[in-house]
Amino acid sequence: MNRRYFLRSSGLALAAFGCGPIGAPGFLRRALAESPSPGRSGKVLVTLFLRGAADGLSLVAPTFESRYAALRPNLALKRAGQDGGVLPLEGGFGLHPALAALHPLYRDGSLAIVHAVGSPNPTRSHFDAQDFLESGTPGVKSTRDGWMNRALSASPGEPSAFRAVAFAPTLPRSLAGAAPAVALSSLSDFDLGAGPAGAGASASFESLYGGAVDAALKNAGTETFEALRTLRGKGIPSLPVANGAEYPASPLGRRLRGIAQLVRGDVGLEAAFTDASGWDTHAGQGAAQGQLANRLLDLGNALAAFAKDLGPRLADVCVVVMTEFGRTVRENGTRGTDHGHGSVLFVLGGSVAGGRVHGKWPGLSDADLFEGRDLAVTTDLRDVLAEVLARHLRISSPRIFPGHTAVRTGILS
Amino acid sequence: MRIRPGLQLSALLIVFGAGCSAQPHGAARRELLAPRAAIVLPPLSGESERDRARHALDRLAFGPRPRDVETVAKEGVARWITRQLDPRSIADDTAEKGLSLLPTLSLPTSALYERYPDPRAVAAKAGLAKAGLTLKDPDGKEQVRSPERAEPQPQVRALVNPGELPRQILKELVAQKVYRAVVSERQLEEVLVDFWFNHFNVFAGKGDVRWLLTSYERDAIRPHVLGKFRDLLEATAAHPAMLFYLDNWTSTKDGLRRGGRTLGPNENYARELLELHTMGVDGGYTQNDVREVARCFTGWSFVRERRGRGPRGGEIGTFVFREAAHDRGEKTVLGTVIPAGGGIEDARRVLDLLAARPETARFLATKLCRRFLADDPPGAAVARVAEAFRRSGGDLSVTLRALVTSPEMWSDAARGAKTKTPFELAISATRALGASVSPYNAIPSWIEKMGAPLYGCQPPTGFADTASAWVNAGGLLARLNFGLALAGGRIAGVKADPGALAGTNGDALERLSRALLATPPSQATRDALAGSGEAREPDAVLIAGLLLGSPEFQRR
Repeated sequence: MNRRYFLRSSGLALAAFGCGPIGAPGFLRRALAESPSPGRSGKVLVTLFLRGAADGLSLVAPTFESRYAALRPNLALKRAGQDGGVLPLEGGFGLHPALAALHPLYRDGSLAIVHAVGSPNPTRSHFDAQDFLESGTPGVKSTRDGWMNRALSASPGEPSAFRAVAFAPTLPRSLAGAAPAVALSSLSDFDLGAGPAGAGASASFESLYGGAVDAALKNAGTETFEALRTLRGKGIPSLPVANGAEYPASPLGRRLRGIAQLVRGDVGLEAAFTDASGWDTHAGQGAAQGQLANRLLDLGNALAAFAKDLGPRLADVCVVVMTEFGRTVRENGTRGTDHGHGSVLFVLGGSVAGGRVHGKWPGLSDADLFEGRDLAVTTDLRDVLAEVLARHLRISSPRIFPGHTAVRTGILS
Repeated sequence: MRIRPGLQLSALLIVFGAGCSAQPHGAARRELLAPRAAIVLPPLSGESERDRARHALDRLAFGPRPRDVETVAKEGVARWITRQLDPRSIADDTAEKGLSLLPTLSLPTSALYERYPDPRAVAAKAGLAKAGLTLKDPDGKEQVRSPERAEPQPQVRALVNPGELPRQILKELVAQKVYRAVVSERQLEEVLVDFWFNHFNVFAGKGDVRWLLTSYERDAIRPHVLGKFRDLLEATAAHPAMLFYLDNWTSTKDGLRRGGRTLGPNENYARELLELHTMGVDGGYTQNDVREVARCFTGWSFVRERRGRGPRGGEIGTFVFREAAHDRGEKTVLGTVIPAGGGIEDARRVLDLLAARPETARFLATKLCRRFLADDPPGAAVARVAEAFRRSGGDLSVTLRALVTSPEMWSDAARGAKTKTPFELAISATRALGASVSPYNAIPSWIEKMGAPLYGCQPPTGFADTASAWVNAGGLLARLNFGLALAGGRIAGVKADPGALAGTNGDALERLSRALLATPPSQATRDALAGSGEAREPDAVLIAGLLLGSPEFQRR
């Protein structure tokens, strides 16, 4: 794979003469950093993984189902219009009141919901289900790479050190594979050396790696120093929040803010990944308020701030919020829920067919439940992902979800 | 029942402790252990014994410490390797002293369950769950990959001493891995434990594995890395950590009724046994073989706590064969009929079959050659190593001898051909500086930043052993920062003194380059480093940091 394009090479040539983009004359610097590359779509996919199995029946509650309240005496949310009730959605569904910040986005058509979504694999192990969802190959454990990486590998894309970024301590399975991807905890941590030695070390390392005999190390060095230069040169880490958006002071808030900085900084971001935990509510789950509501407040506020921060750029960004599986329809003996099957997902931004609850509702009668206890899966999560890839990023390849023939869901127009 | 290493060690100390302190690897101990034939290496061809010593330390150890190259060259590389192949002949006092500060390492699994209980269970016993209070799992059960480690809430915190949370077990296990790799004299053994653990990978973040992992490495992996592969294979197959990680403990014959639920076989372990542990993905087995192997393994389980009702059928955390769950019918695996009624022996027959397959010899030889020779190892070497494995009945010591005496091991092409994994990079840098380390240090968090959290590889494939997996922008930046932090004394629990390596008079760069990279600096390196100190000359700390982050140091 040769990803050395003209733009990059010219940047390197300049760097080799001691006048990289930072030290280059203004017009050249602008040309290098800002010229829209031919064919760059500027489209970005963001996946947000809710690790721990979020309770889809609370996020988007089927309050129209007569059995819903009966099966969940302590957890069921009240109908829309009542005190602490859900916010009305299509078809009688209700949005959890703690997700109120997302309701305007749903109403203006930027947010769509798919219910009863999940994996064809019946596992109730977090470990396996997360793994299957990230590898994109349910039931096949030996897959080494992730579906997002395979998608990027299937499309040459534009050279950028920030084409694929995970805001996570290590590269998640979704982004593992042949296409280069960066994992970082925060943009301000993506820097070299502490103290005044850092800048000098950076120049020395760059010239050491410029002369590296090993091609892979040389390329990685080039990518690293390009990334550093991009971040520093464009002042990405200090890019202020736009449009008066207010992110929650939580890990998720900080991560989504970082992704927005990369989008607004035009660094060539095409795929971003992040995750949030705390959804495994076996005990004391709560209803309109409580443990789960607190997590949802963070989720809703962070996503709403992200949308506000991006402003009109949200049309270029498609966020998919998903979880590994849902939770039991009946509440358990500790006012919580156990591991289930079908759950819910959100798609925000892009050309989403928003303001709708997509998918076929399987129902909550005993006969409708999966293995007599869980919400059935009527939409394969891979169908949504494949559609987002094909319609938003314009990437499709049978290699991304091997052995799976995607069915159109209509989630993107 | 195997004797735990802790016990073995104390037994040895009782026998040899008194008289042998001056010569801990003295005659008495050597006689007790079977003598091993000295290995013979191909003759030198142009390189010096020093060059070979350096290469041997890069490949069969976690890199040289200051003066190691001279010491090994003086002893003779062949003699040094012969000793490394017999680790118990090597005294290892420093490592043992440090490890004695980590009490969980020698505890049986049942004691770990008892002394480091699940805080949720403790809270439930105290009635907190019934009171409807919110409980978080401070260890992030099954969610180790989650970004924010949940902290115990006050109610739970009051019940459980932080030092007695289950995560303490993993903390000590991680500490011992790093500490041993840095200070142990039995370097080849540590390299092999790392290799075979990764081959039979289990993930610390999956449920009960955190209580089972200590015993897994200590009792199932470590004792067998230079023994028979068949023994290693069964030790992992029967270990609760593997039984839990790949779900075999819940696997039963089809249609077994338990508590109103209908159970059946689980193919998880069976598939990985064939694909990852023995024959390899292209080994030629079928889905039918997977199903039949799974049937053979039904009933292989372990004793587990059951929601406050105590363990069933033996000591908690130990293997148990559940006769009632076993499929007693006839099976056919790889064309071999396993007659009905074999019970626990069915699975052993499967392990016998798999360990003896030529595909297994070839698959394991390829992986070993990939670790010790090159990402894409020479076919002749793989064939020779596979043949040694096959002819010796899967003797891993014999297999390794074939590998280390092969001409490919000592060819020019092999030198510097491998990119260090994050673990190898961190350990080799620490050793190269001659740093002194405490058993608890911050090196593991740096290894995690480089992308390879210790015991934290979730898929059963283990971490990749090829350059492409490790060479990327984010990981590289972590490597560069690690080198700077290590040389600058900014890693807790690690003391390094690059100034001492550089000396006070003369050319600091010259000396540090020879010490860390085994070569004088090129003009390009001189030029590259000249600019780093701004106006003044870069000091030893910065030079050392830059050299540890240099492309050359990323290779071995």
